[in-house]
Amino acid sequence: MILIVAEHTAGKLAKATLEMVTAARESGREGPITLLVLGQNVAAVATEAAAVADQVLVADLPQLATYNAEVWAAATTQIAQEGEAHTVIIGGSRSGREYAPRVAVKLDAAYLEDATRLSSNGAALQAQRYTYLARVTETVEADGLVVVTVKPGSFAPAAPAGAAGEQYDVDLTLPAPRVQVTGKSVEKSSRVALTEADVIVTGGRGVGSPENFAKYVEGLADSIGAGVGATRAVVDAGWRPYAEQVGQTGKTVQPKAYIALGVSGAVQHLSGMGKSKNIIAINKDAEAPIFKVADYGIVGDVNEIVPALIEASRK
Amino acid sequence: MNILTLVRQVPDAEARVKISGQSVDLDGATLVIDGMDEYGVEEALRLRESGAPVEQIIALAIGPKKVEDALRTSLAMGVDRAIHIETDEKFDAVTLSRAVAQVAQAENVTLILVGGQEADWDSQALGAASAERLGWPQLTWTNELKLDGDTLTGRHDVDDGNESFSATLPAVVTTQQGLNEPRYPTLPNIMKAKKKELRKDDPATYQLQGRVRTVNAEIQTRARLNKMIDGKDAQAAAQQLLELLRNEAKVIA
Ligand SMILES: Cc1cc2nc3c(=O)[nH]c(=O)nc-3n(C[C@H](O)[C@H](O)[C@H](O)COP(=O)(O)OP(=O)(O)OC[C@H]3O[C@@H](n4cnc5c(N)ncnc54)[C@H](O)[C@@H]3O)c2cc1C
Repeated sequence: MILIVAEHTAGKLAKATLEMVTAARESGREGPITLLVLGQNVAAVATEAAAVADQVLVADLPQLATYNAEVWAAATTQIAQEGEAHTVIIGGSRSGREYAPRVAVKLDAAYLEDATRLSSNGAALQAQRYTYLARVTETVEADGLVVVTVKPGSFAPAAPAGAAGEQYDVDLTLPAPRVQVTGKSVEKSSRVALTEADVIVTGGRGVGSPENFAKYVEGLADSIGAGVGATRAVVDAGWRPYAEQVGQTGKTVQPKAYIALGVSGAVQHLSGMGKSKNIIAINKDAEAPIFKVADYGIVGDVNEIVPALIEASRK
Repeated sequence: MNILTLVRQVPDAEARVKISGQSVDLDGATLVIDGMDEYGVEEALRLRESGAPVEQIIALAIGPKKVEDALRTSLAMGVDRAIHIETDEKFDAVTLSRAVAQVAQAENVTLILVGGQEADWDSQALGAASAERLGWPQLTWTNELKLDGDTLTGRHDVDDGNESFSATLPAVVTTQQGLNEPRYPTLPNIMKAKKKELRKDDPATYQLQGRVRTVNAEIQTRARLNKMIDGKDAQAAAQQLLELLRNEAKVIA
């Protein structure tokens, strides 16, 4: 069987889970698609999951109320072994890529990380993935038992398939978590989440100051209903929270349009946004590397162009 | 206690990546110690400097001959000694973790520091896989770390924000931006590093068997329109851009 660990938040199945179902369907691997739902009070999630899977295994346990790498790895491994899964698919979220390697080691399986495409070639499962700060696309393959993480946003969300899958409750023997969480701060934003936004406006050091960032970057984002991103230079300078950082050490985004204001286009930044569908750059330096990856570029000063853009977009 | 810091050597971020045949060709590329691992090396040094009872800080690298340079850099930063498992074969992270675990055990290590994501494979797996092999807990994407006795406390990023944590050694910590500012090796320290031990280990000792094969590599060349608009007349440029966004890219109403 193909085992997929469902991702869900606030009682709802995440889009990433539907993407993983598509990945499983496209993988060419055989057997029923099984969704594993780990959590507490997850009945609603399990029902949603049943619409896209052949079967759903539900572990509704107090020990699963919050994510922990060792606990998630133990749970996934146990179910994979009992169900004799040959393919285990886990989300390419921060947490997914944190516990998936543990599952691979426990199962003595090969690990294909952060796949953007899956296919079979005989006995081998082939995965495409980005490497070298997302400048290269490599195809890698492995035989036999394989654990795969799937990069969010790479597969179309699956549509329901015929009749709803059967749901089964499962019991698990879980280890006690050894990492204690002593505090948590959740990133809240009144705007669309960066990883979900269709349009993102990102500001770099070229916008000049935190005040200008609010005026131009947030101003333009609000006038066109976009999310707000920042470069590392801006985050390091303390102008913006780390939660907004896009790039190698920040978020990876893939919006329909990415509007970069005063952003130089360093490779570490490109690695987080280079797969955006349309890239729009405003920079006063015609030689700025960002223009090499831009679909539309304006050579000009953000102080002049952006107010004009905000003004014009309101008409 | 002994600390193991894992070091990879990667192409300099500004270096051009080229492909020959079916794989990435690093011949002639400028190679540097992975910036993400540098945070780990720096943190090990700072833990000792802040008074933690750190006996030895050992850097470990697995890779071809030239990886020595990255190990020399970490020695020049202040690491006590280095181990190089010299091999031209390319192993996936989960396979490499086998060697990491063996070295950690042989060297009596209780803390492993490693970069959160490698700049060559874009992989986040080495820390977690090593932790699992050793049966240790792990803390990934750590941007604040303190050690008191054998209790680690700090902060790290999670899916929806960040968390403060506490855990006891032994453990694996993956490092990232915000944790520290790595120091530059000074000339005297570079000279001193030349005399430090850089042990060569035979890869056969570790019995590594790669599970993942690379079958193809391509440079990403997504065709971009590269339409340039002159920004001298701000109003006209803004108008033109908005029209493109509405009618060609169709991303705004
Ligand atoms: C290990 C590592 C990880 C990293 N991770 C990330 C990451 O995740 N994300 C990230 O962004 N960076 C990252 N970086 C940093 C990256 O290398 C760059 O330093 C950073 O992206 C530069 O940010 P910037 O473009 O805002 O600033 P700058 O490089 O200072 O560029 C500012 C740009 O604004 C233009 N400009 C100036 N004034 C104006 C004006 N009035 N109007 C229009 N344009 C103007 C300039 O021409 C210039 O191109 C990382 C670096 C390392 C070493």
